[in-house]
Amino acid sequence: MAKFTPHTDEQIKEMLEVIGAGSVDELFKDIPEDLKAKEFNLPAGMTENEALKTMKNLAGMNKKYYVSFLGGGFYDHYIPAVVDSVSSKPEFFTAYTPYQPEASQGTLQAIFEYQTMTAKLTGLDVANASLYDGGTALYEAVVMAVRSTRRTKIVVDEGVNPLFRRMLKAHIKNLDIQRVNIKTAGIKPDKEKMLDEIDENTAAVIAANPNFFGHIDDYSGVFEKASEKGAVSILNFYPISLGVLKTPGEMGADIAVGEGQSLGLPLSFGGPYLGIMTASKKYARKLPGRIAGETTDSEGKRAYVLTLQAREQHIKREKATSNICSNQALCALRAAVYMSLLGRQGFRDTAIINMERAGKLREGFKRINGMKVMSGVFFNEFAVEVKGGSKAFVNKMLAKGFVAGMPAGLFYIDKEDVLVVNATEKRTDNEINGFLAAAREVMR
Amino acid sequence: MKNIFEISVKGRKGFDPGEADENILEKIDKSLLRKGELVLPEISEFDAVRHYMRLGRRNFSVDENFYPLGSCTMKYNPRVNETAASISGFASMHPLMSYIDEASVQGALEVIYNLSFLLCEITGMKKITTQPYAGAHGELAGIMLMAAYHRKKGNNKKHIIVPESAHGTNPASAAAAGYDVVSVPVDESGDMDIEAFRAVIGPETAGVMMTVPSTLGVFEKNVSGIAELARENDALMYYDGANLNAIMGRVKPGEIGFDIIHMNLHKTFAAPHGGGGPGSGVVGVSEKLSGFIPVPEVIKTPGGMYGLNFNVKDSIGMLASFFGNFGVLLKAYTYILMLGKEGLVDATEKAVLNANYIMKKLKPYYDLPYDRLCMHECVFSAKKQAAKGVRALDIAKALIERGIHPPTVYFPLVVEEAMMIEPTETESKEEIDIFIEAMEEIARLAENEPERIKNAPAGMPITRPDETKAARELKLTCL
Repeated sequence: MAKFTPHTDEQIKEMLEVIGAGSVDELFKDIPEDLKAKEFNLPAGMTENEALKTMKNLAGMNKKYYVSFLGGGFYDHYIPAVVDSVSSKPEFFTAYTPYQPEASQGTLQAIFEYQTMTAKLTGLDVANASLYDGGTALYEAVVMAVRSTRRTKIVVDEGVNPLFRRMLKAHIKNLDIQRVNIKTAGIKPDKEKMLDEIDENTAAVIAANPNFFGHIDDYSGVFEKASEKGAVSILNFYPISLGVLKTPGEMGADIAVGEGQSLGLPLSFGGPYLGIMTASKKYARKLPGRIAGETTDSEGKRAYVLTLQAREQHIKREKATSNICSNQALCALRAAVYMSLLGRQGFRDTAIINMERAGKLREGFKRINGMKVMSGVFFNEFAVEVKGGSKAFVNKMLAKGFVAGMPAGLFYIDKEDVLVVNATEKRTDNEINGFLAAAREVMR
Repeated sequence: MKNIFEISVKGRKGFDPGEADENILEKIDKSLLRKGELVLPEISEFDAVRHYMRLGRRNFSVDENFYPLGSCTMKYNPRVNETAASISGFASMHPLMSYIDEASVQGALEVIYNLSFLLCEITGMKKITTQPYAGAHGELAGIMLMAAYHRKKGNNKKHIIVPESAHGTNPASAAAAGYDVVSVPVDESGDMDIEAFRAVIGPETAGVMMTVPSTLGVFEKNVSGIAELARENDALMYYDGANLNAIMGRVKPGEIGFDIIHMNLHKTFAAPHGGGGPGSGVVGVSEKLSGFIPVPEVIKTPGGMYGLNFNVKDSIGMLASFFGNFGVLLKAYTYILMLGKEGLVDATEKAVLNANYIMKKLKPYYDLPYDRLCMHECVFSAKKQAAKGVRALDIAKALIERGIHPPTVYFPLVVEEAMMIEPTETESKEEIDIFIEAMEEIARLAENEPERIKNAPAGMPITRPDETKAARELKLTCL
């Protein structure tokens, strides 16, 4: 059995003598007898070797497919080796929250740089130190909007990732917020409807670019009206796409939120991920969660601290802007390393390669019987109508070793035929051709 | 030290993703493309490696420094946990595969199922949800469960009772779910003031949030009575599991009247803190709340297959995109497998032994507001030193100068100049003695040469920063 307590019998005796207790049991005598657990039915411990073997066996029970074209808001991008190397440095991963700035300049500066990169990426002014995931960032943005406008209605485009919308729904259930969902017109946003719904009681309007079906749009007009009516514009973005796409800032969004998994984080069955939140300057003091700021030390040297802590729960308690305490510091670090390593050119090139890969795949789909490539503008994910239903197609493709994409019908009852297919920069010509060949066979 | 944009050189490239054909952008209407140039650093791979190497050296970390940080449980993070979480069969798994093909994710679902089973046994709870991403998120989940329960029963509940000694996240979480917060003081022995509690609990009380042992490091003796009163008012009992590491194998919250518990896997179960996250705040519930847990629930079918159940009748919905911080669950599961029953009991015992040893040794030097046996942490007050002008913050900085991370200071709020010390079980007597000596030396200096402490820390990357300036002249980005 592995054990991480270094005490020898002799030391235990010495320590108990100092304390003035006869036994370790005596230290627990404040626990009333009737509250003590009757039994503790846990298995015996294992050696490190046995434990790791168990974990490897479990991992082995997960089936690996030959190649995957599944995205749905979470993407299989290449992670440069340096990202793992930096995030596995114990100076980062075994550190605590940087509440003591003199002992945490490394983490603080890394977060500060992360904030800069995410703000610049989204074309906005400020960012926080990260939130739990993309969905959390979305609902925290909504709460922020409701608080700052003192209004209660929110207008949500149904092109926003359905998982995030479900999280939003759950989290606002106990708050006085009315949610108006705007159905998509096919796979595109119904911007007219969105415009119609924005009024004097609207706290926020929320859209996603690209949307869940991969379609790219421009929400400038919608956000302009929101601004006129005093509502907050929230855009859910996909980080990699911003290498080339119009930024939330350029569209006039007040707050941008996104799932940061694509920035150097493994898919890891759903987490840990990274909730990115950036905003225009006027919302700086209303952001939830931790924020790193630059200042000077007593000798005038540059120093970083967690700032605006007066908004946070450990100071404000029930009056805090959010109940959130932690951030996803290590994930934010990975994203920062990823962005700085790819850099100005590499990031843009990665985005372009993604578009090219998905474009090639989409062209191929046009030549498959029973497949109708849906119209729209796409980045690295696109929608196809599959005769006979997308779920059935996906199942047949699984048998051939391919994950063919996300059947939209799992989330949208009127879209049983729609399949959302993704290709990142990792997908090779061979993989794409093999996939198309298999698809042709399945649809024959 | 330069920031990453200051080491950037125009035209320098770090990572080459391959050939990119700009012409492809012509297929898209210009109005959909970015106009502003992408502003990211321009550095080489080696520049990046050096930069982050240098940043790392400007951090304290558990691997290098003793961290007696009260409530935060900064224990050693066994390396094999990291290995387990990075196994490709887990790390490369797309979470939506659980929606598309359950058969392909059996190993991952089994981990979630088994871990939940073990955590139920440790806490005496009936069901677990792994969705909450962090302790505060677990608290929010807990309050949402309370709200759903009361809504179903048609109860008209308005407030949640929180003792004054609670973590700030408790009242903030209650408020985030729409409840008012009623605060109850603690008595002179550190327990909840039972008379004050009696005065505020009533039919409008939705729940009571307690930390056991409390943030004062003492075991709440009135817990049965409090739970009894809560039951009479159909108020739910919430157990803040930040201090679960003090009672493993000895007390099960589910057996002593608690309905909801959150656990911090990054504290009790040795997952690393990561410089402030990711953590995991899994939540356990008693029988009467089993029908309210988040969906999807991971279940085992009679045929032995694992699957997702979206049909939880009164579910509060979805709190996370998927199953929470799965990578952190892997680490905690590996840890529990290794320690097993004996190891977890041993961890609790040694944590309590270490804390009591420190308490006894430092008692002659610092004021001890609650002088009784402590559990896994002890709370001192620096008021003797403050009288000489040396505050808890100064003591914290003096410890940093000595290579030791300070205890939690100014918390709990009910203790003036609080210093909350939690050594954890993984520290040896030798390391603890070094800390004790440092604390003794600081106490002596506070008495005789207070100036030497007030300017601490020396020899660190920075001296004390100007926090007021940081908040006033907000600078949140490099550029």
